[in-house]
Amino acid sequence: MPEPVITAVNLVKKYKDFAAVDNVSFEIAPGESFGFLGPNGAGKSTVMRMVGAVSTRTSGALSVLGLDPDEYGPEIRSRLGVVPQADNLDTELRVRENLLVYGRYFGLPRRQIASRADELLEFAQLTERAKAKVDDLSGGMKRRLTIARALINEPRILLLDEPTTGLDPQARHILWDRLFRLKEQGTTLVLTTHYMDEAEQLCDRLVVVDKGRIMAEGTPASLIASYSSREVLEMRFGSGHNADAGERLVGFGDRIEVLPDRVLVYSSDGEAELSRIPSTGLTPITSLVRRSSLEDVFLRLTGRSLVE
Amino acid sequence: MSAGTPTARASRVRRFGSWYVAEHRFRVMRSYAQTITVTGIGNPLIYLYALGVGLATLVDQNLGPDAVNGVGYLQFVAPALLGMAAITVASEEFTYPIMLGFKWNPTFYGMNAAPISPAQIINGVVISVAARMFATCGLYYVFMLLFGAVVRPAGVLMIPVALLVGLGFGALLMAYTATLTEDTGQLAMLMRFVILPMTLFSGTFFPLSQLPIFLQWIGWLSPLWHGVELSRVLSYGAVEPLWLSVVHVAYPACLLAVGWWLAVRFAKRRLNK
Ligand SMILES: Nc1ncnc2c1ncn2[C@@H]1O[C@H](COP(=O)(O)OP(=O)(O)O)[C@@H](O)[C@H]1O
Ligand SMILES: [Mg+2]
Repeated sequence: MPEPVITAVNLVKKYKDFAAVDNVSFEIAPGESFGFLGPNGAGKSTVMRMVGAVSTRTSGALSVLGLDPDEYGPEIRSRLGVVPQADNLDTELRVRENLLVYGRYFGLPRRQIASRADELLEFAQLTERAKAKVDDLSGGMKRRLTIARALINEPRILLLDEPTTGLDPQARHILWDRLFRLKEQGTTLVLTTHYMDEAEQLCDRLVVVDKGRIMAEGTPASLIASYSSREVLEMRFGSGHNADAGERLVGFGDRIEVLPDRVLVYSSDGEAELSRIPSTGLTPITSLVRRSSLEDVFLRLTGRSLVE
Repeated sequence: MSAGTPTARASRVRRFGSWYVAEHRFRVMRSYAQTITVTGIGNPLIYLYALGVGLATLVDQNLGPDAVNGVGYLQFVAPALLGMAAITVASEEFTYPIMLGFKWNPTFYGMNAAPISPAQIINGVVISVAARMFATCGLYYVFMLLFGAVVRPAGVLMIPVALLVGLGFGALLMAYTATLTEDTGQLAMLMRFVILPMTLFSGTFFPLSQLPIFLQWIGWLSPLWHGVELSRVLSYGAVEPLWLSVVHVAYPACLLAVGWWLAVRFAKRRLNK
């Protein structure tokens, strides 16, 4: 295994007495796409700020590109690309100017920045909008511009904090496509998300985080294999009837989860379970058999859904 | 290591980061360059004409042509106008742009995610404002010469004095603004109840000694008063003890040092979440 580019051991970040990040350890290999999947408030952004060498850790060890962020903040940051959760593009400047100015923060020569800016506008499909005002861009375009800006210094590692939150499905797919290209070019992607489909699409490996702790770690497929069955039977019995139905279904599948709006039966063969339902006298209003997803992994680990 | 390696690049940013931040500020100023130019030319014209010519005629008629301090009112008031111009630049550049960078359009976080340090962000802002202030005051001084408002060649030293006053006061403003998480009118209050009274009661339009003794402390606390008094020594040889002239330099210099230091501290605390 090649030397990891990021290593965290028992990483802790406390705000007063509250541990936003609570003893977190992980290693990220060069070229890998590594994800933090967890709900709001799990501590994802806090981890990203520590890895991005802008937030000092309370305790634990952290190494980014072989350097300690406490001592080598500027050295680390000069080799990272950062896409923060909330866009902080400069709205007083035009689209291309945002790239020009940002390149200077890395001490790059103007000529080099100018040609790189044009390449990146092309990559972000924003060449036609080069002179536009930032505020006139759509959400997806702003996000792509932020990614382009993060790439101005040709970073080996790109940190993406919830890259597609708040975007419509089409804008998300365009963005994912751009990120795939970066991945193919060998850029290490470190991303946070609370969308299980995003994690499944983009991550080679991920950790499931909740309340500042890592609940599980693995590839999307291995997590599903270890924490869920192959298939899930989802049934809705109408509001108020799900809990009752859940009790009468005990013994079905490997495991049953009762949610306020539906009952989930975990099984290697969902159709077979469904065919046995009439024998209980229950009639679901709707029923659906699907493959297990990371959402089910999260539910299993925490008893809650990812997106409330 | 060669110049292109990341380590070499980072050390360049450690050295020149403040200038890169100033470059950003200049680029933003370019977007309101028209306003800067129009006020930069309009203000000295309007003020020198209204006060130095209009009001001066009235004052000099009533009190004689060596009305105040042994010179005409124009020569008396001109150093104050120059100091006020510096204070005006400070109150524009050290308030809303700071609020903007930390909160409304948090570009300071963007800079800090790049290799720029919080201290460099503050330094860069100070550099850029100093440059704008220098241009504004330099132009003002040219108009003062044209109006015949400066008596001695040493008057040119009023420009660095105005800069010291503007930056000394401005650094405190910046430090204060860096602590604001929300602007619920504090900045507007500051303009109305600190900056406006300061410009009126700092021995600017009339000598501080005309104020009742229990109000004269306003002058002593005001960096503008110190700057204006010193400028009068430089411009037309107003008489004051040497130690007082030393205080006139030392006091705003201290404000600048303390304000700058506090602003860096607050910026570090705020950016390191
Ligand atoms: N600067 C801060 N001061 C105090 N608490 C904070 C601060 N930043 C984050 N937190 C708290 O830490 C927890 C984790 O936050 P965050 O890392 O933003 O989570 P996520 O990105 O997963 O939504 C939350 O409970 C949040 O309220
Ligand atoms: Mg977050």
